[in-house]
Amino acid sequence: MATVTEKMEREQKLEGVGCARKRKEDPRFIQGKGSYIDDIKLPGMLFGSIVRSPYAHARVKSINKAKALAVPGVVAVLVADDLKPVKLHWMPTLGGDVQAVLADKKVCFQMQEVAMVLGTDRYSAADGAAMVEVDYEELPAIVDPHKSMDKNAPIIREDIADKKEVGHGPRTHPNHIFTWDAGDKAGTDAVFASAPVTVKQEILNPRVHPCPLETCGCVASFDKITGQLTVYMTSQAPHLVRTVLAMLSGIPESKIRVIGGDIGGGFGNKVPVYPGYVVAIVASIVTGLPIKWIESRIENISTTGFARDYHGVGELAADKDGRIKALRFTALADHGAFNSHVSATKLPAGLFSICTGSYDIPKAYCKVDAVYTNKAPGGVAYRCSLRVTEAVYLIERMMDVLAQKVGVDKAEIRRRNFVKAEQFPYTTAFGWQLDSGNYHPALEKVLKAVDYAELRKEQAQKRAKGELMGIGISTFTEIVGAGPTKVCDILGIGLFDSCDIRVNPTGSAIARLGTMSQGQGHATTYAQIIATELGLPSSEIQIEEGDTDKAPYGAGTWGSRSTPVAGAAAARAARKIREKAKKIAAHLLEVAEGDLEWDVDRFKVKGNPSQTKTMKEIAMAAHTGNRPEGTEVGLEAVEYYDPPNLTYPFGAYVCVVDIDRHTGETKVRRFYALDDCGTRINPMIIEGQIHGGLTEAFAVAMGQAIPFDAEGNHLGNSLMDYFLPTAVETPKWETDYTVTPSPHHPIGAKGVAESPHVGGIPCFSNAVIDAFAHLGVTHMDMPHTAHNVWKTIHKLGLDKNP
Amino acid sequence: MAKKNISFTLNGGQVETLVEPRELLIHVLREQLGLTGSHIGCETSHCGACTVDFNGKSVKSCTVLAVQAEGGTVITVEGLAKNGALHPLQEGFMQEHGLQCGYCTPGMLMRSYRFLQEIPNPTEEQIRSGLSGNICRCTGYQNIVKAVQYAAKKLQATGGK
Repeated sequence: MATVTEKMEREQKLEGVGCARKRKEDPRFIQGKGSYIDDIKLPGMLFGSIVRSPYAHARVKSINKAKALAVPGVVAVLVADDLKPVKLHWMPTLGGDVQAVLADKKVCFQMQEVAMVLGTDRYSAADGAAMVEVDYEELPAIVDPHKSMDKNAPIIREDIADKKEVGHGPRTHPNHIFTWDAGDKAGTDAVFASAPVTVKQEILNPRVHPCPLETCGCVASFDKITGQLTVYMTSQAPHLVRTVLAMLSGIPESKIRVIGGDIGGGFGNKVPVYPGYVVAIVASIVTGLPIKWIESRIENISTTGFARDYHGVGELAADKDGRIKALRFTALADHGAFNSHVSATKLPAGLFSICTGSYDIPKAYCKVDAVYTNKAPGGVAYRCSLRVTEAVYLIERMMDVLAQKVGVDKAEIRRRNFVKAEQFPYTTAFGWQLDSGNYHPALEKVLKAVDYAELRKEQAQKRAKGELMGIGISTFTEIVGAGPTKVCDILGIGLFDSCDIRVNPTGSAIARLGTMSQGQGHATTYAQIIATELGLPSSEIQIEEGDTDKAPYGAGTWGSRSTPVAGAAAARAARKIREKAKKIAAHLLEVAEGDLEWDVDRFKVKGNPSQTKTMKEIAMAAHTGNRPEGTEVGLEAVEYYDPPNLTYPFGAYVCVVDIDRHTGETKVRRFYALDDCGTRINPMIIEGQIHGGLTEAFAVAMGQAIPFDAEGNHLGNSLMDYFLPTAVETPKWETDYTVTPSPHHPIGAKGVAESPHVGGIPCFSNAVIDAFAHLGVTHMDMPHTAHNVWKTIHKLGLDKNP
Repeated sequence: MAKKNISFTLNGGQVETLVEPRELLIHVLREQLGLTGSHIGCETSHCGACTVDFNGKSVKSCTVLAVQAEGGTVITVEGLAKNGALHPLQEGFMQEHGLQCGYCTPGMLMRSYRFLQEIPNPTEEQIRSGLSGNICRCTGYQNIVKAVQYAAKKLQATGGK
């Protein structure tokens, strides 16, 4: 079997799809040679420091720049009035609203941007910012979104108070943004009215922040002579940003270059365009000097890109055995002072309607009301697709609520309701076509791995002794890879993505894509896809992204769309090249194309395997005169890929916790995560992404929240207060997988990095709440800090001795 | 503000520079001396992205004044590889996939560098506790622990070299 071995060796040499190859990005990062935004230093560069509002709601009566301008090193102070001549004191948001770039007459949230001080270095800019005198007249603030639409509620947005709509349909109150619904309301109501079992639960997804280790920032550099604007920026979507900047500034898009560089984590925080970027750009246009603006951590948590703040109500109707007949979910969404919610134009509540989860639910209806409050604008999708965490949290929590109501085991309730393997492709009550899935075996594999039956036995024994042990299950379905351009666009631009591959004469290649890595390892994994398709070693395939002058247009990296969309573009571009290569091979071997077959890294003549042309040989020939008649020189292709559907990765997770009944402290004893992301490109990177996503899920479920007092003051916006788990708190993760390829993706892959976050959060919550289930507790809101859990314990009187 | 001349040993070489008394070591390293490997993540000593080795201890250089470095010895991530050979920790982080976005990595490496001199043969719990001043948002730490174990083993085998 020498040929089989030889073929395998050739395959291994490519380090293509399926290979756990080490990351190409790492050598520069481990030697301190990354190139992040704050590392950029341009000649004459000024620093911008932002003056921010101490009040959540106030009129700006006057701003006095004099003392700031007298500070040594301060060059200029910009306020809204300075931005007016260039019409950049307001900007459009990704949510169809407008947002003040610098406060125009009033501030609507604490820490809102009021002025930017430019200094020759970061110290003088900060000194100057401290000396800007702003006279405010404080106004009553709205913090609780439930009070936003009260009759006498103060009007937060006077600028749009009379507008009948702000991008998404009719408004009923000046603090109302939109009401969106989906599904069959009447049909759902009818089922609820006659169902033998119904359950209802209020469920909060608290306001949190993605908090990547690198904050947001940019270096804007406008060349007054050429009219060229270059912006180095922490952006997950450089091309979309360039389009927004062109729309905003009137500078032709071809004269704007946005460069992502290395990004120190994004998790959704780095999708929107923030006021700081815009002021820095205006300042550079005005001064002709490069301007650097870098957020502090407190500015980051306070202002740029909160997530969630969804106040949900879940309802399920079922038969007496817990088979679900209808679902009704509603949510009140707190979007803060400006609707800068990242969403596709036609989907103001994002992909919330994926909330039927992994279950076969005949009737469903959902509705989201979005309102303004005096809090920072948002929200971004924190390591998830738009509003998918909120949706999945609701359904996975409600499955447990239902199980408790009908007295069925929490694994069994899922088994009874899963979409069955033979039902795929399965169209949900909301119209999403789940492309593939195989839920039952995934759950059974996990239950076996953790010995679920034994765990339940142990739990019963512990309960008898008064101890608190919880077992959480989450069997989620994600929706990622936005997306079909017919369904998903931002500012009118469809969410396609792209790949441009050029093969060099010696058989190495460069590929450029419209996405933007923030640590996902794109330079490694895209090269693997192309390696397998082209038969060229991945080590010789260079990947570039994030520079809009070089890469083809794409919607960037968020919502786990890189593999589903740009990864598909890479495979298809490579296939175009292989098609051309086949013509060249046929010419060189003097046979018809039909006589050739692909063999790992070469074409061979059918029935005559010694007659071959390797891809490397073909690459050289493509650049010579020895080509088939009528073919162009060179070997390259571009693919702009508009996927026919999103992808639907899924998983089955189990979490076991032990809770101290005196302190409320929760110890995660075990977390077992099985993920199915279809074809696995690089198992090492997948596992790393899952570890990271689970850790962020742990953070959200167990500790993260951005609290405010009644006046809208932040009560926790530094890392002193905001919970980022360290190695000590972080549980140990056990991972597992099944493989159910996506039928519509060229290589069968689905997104993966967000699944553990989306699926992990309800799993932790379900585990904590399960510890109290025998005492009639059906729900506890996140975060499950020791204090919050203790409150439940105390209420139940469990902390009494003995 | 009157500037002060300071001199200290940086990655084995002598450096001299003028700084304001209030200037932070991280800013001087990054902006004056051009060593951008150490990063700023929080400015409040919580995240550890700015961790460097100072006089034989791990310090968070966002809360050390540059003037305090006078006469001292500072090692940053740029000084970790010797004669073109990666330090076993650098190797370990790459081999065990102990990094993703790379932003915490220089601080993680420098803390681990000192930690393995404090405890050359650590348990997993000791590693987790020893690195608890450094936050990573990407990896979930599991592979960072493995990377440190990889380096510990290798350093033991080569007598700490």
